[in-house]
Amino acid sequence: MLQGMVLLLLFQFVGEGLSSMLRLPIPGNVIGMALLLVALAFGWVKLEWLEEAAELLLSYMAMFFVPAGVGVMLYFGLIGREWLPIVAGTVVSTFVVMAVTGWCEKLLDKQEESQP
Amino acid sequence: MNELLTSPLFGITLTLLVYRLAEILYRRTRFILFNPVAVAIVSIILVLKVFAIPYQDYNNGGRMILFLLGPSVVALAVPLYQRRQEILSRKIPIFVGIVAGALASIISAAGIAWLLGGSHEVVLSLVPKSVTTPIAIGITEKIGGIVPLTAALVVLTGCLGAICGPEFCRLIGLRSNAAIGLAVGTASHGIGTARLLGENRFAGAIAGLAIGLNGLATALLVPLLWLLFGW
Repeated sequence: MLQGMVLLLLFQFVGEGLSSMLRLPIPGNVIGMALLLVALAFGWVKLEWLEEAAELLLSYMAMFFVPAGVGVMLYFGLIGREWLPIVAGTVVSTFVVMAVTGWCEKLLDKQEESQP
Repeated sequence: MNELLTSPLFGITLTLLVYRLAEILYRRTRFILFNPVAVAIVSIILVLKVFAIPYQDYNNGGRMILFLLGPSVVALAVPLYQRRQEILSRKIPIFVGIVAGALASIISAAGIAWLLGGSHEVVLSLVPKSVTTPIAIGITEKIGGIVPLTAALVVLTGCLGAICGPEFCRLIGLRSNAAIGLAVGTASHGIGTARLLGENRFAGAIAGLAIGLNGLATALLVPLLWLLFGW
């Protein structure tokens, strides 16, 4: 458990470091994810070393967004002033993206799927 | 009393307690509008408003919870690695789906807000709304949007996808976990992905991949569109 946390934080640390040193437009945690994937694929890191920690974090991932969402309360004034373009743009566009992406995948992917 | 409210203990306890209650509510009712993230956000805002507690006091603990999002994103490598064969065999559908989704997101969000009379800054703030928070903030800074507004819209988009993304996908005829995972992950990043992970590992893994790739695609497409159309 602790070993897994250490590995995840180390990969994030290296990812954040690369992101800021090379001024990449991609955040450090996404680079950390890519690096960990590479390390797993080449067998430098074994899945058993961090599976437990990763599963624990992923099962609570939704909760970690809550404080960011509560931050919305600071901008009620701004959202209130132009609520129609803001809300309509956000809501309609979210459904448009799901339809476009989902249909593209469906159209191009001819495989049968093995169940979970 | 004041010291207690400004200590991280308050924000952490409140978040965990309210989220736990929201989770129980969702499990008991299975009512899609009772998405635990959305219910927890609304309830905590209400608590803070009713007791006149400043957001900054809450956030002393809140930011510690938010910190765990970083290693969680790194941890998404685990389901991706476990499902690597199924993902690699769908390279083209995944790539095309994400790039088309990123384009559709930029154009439809900014276009609708512009048509409805949104101000220049507001229209620009909507551009990266389907992208995960840290990337979205970077994009909005570069093009001159309002950073806090973008952060708020990213969460709103995420909650929307978590509340009704998979239901909407089935409604428009998507059946496979690959298509649903890709659509929800591209449109509503980590919050949508978090719901999928609880329901179907494969859909969650593909959605996790879409978070990173859509962030990358949007970050690259926005400057390109800027050059082409020069808004």
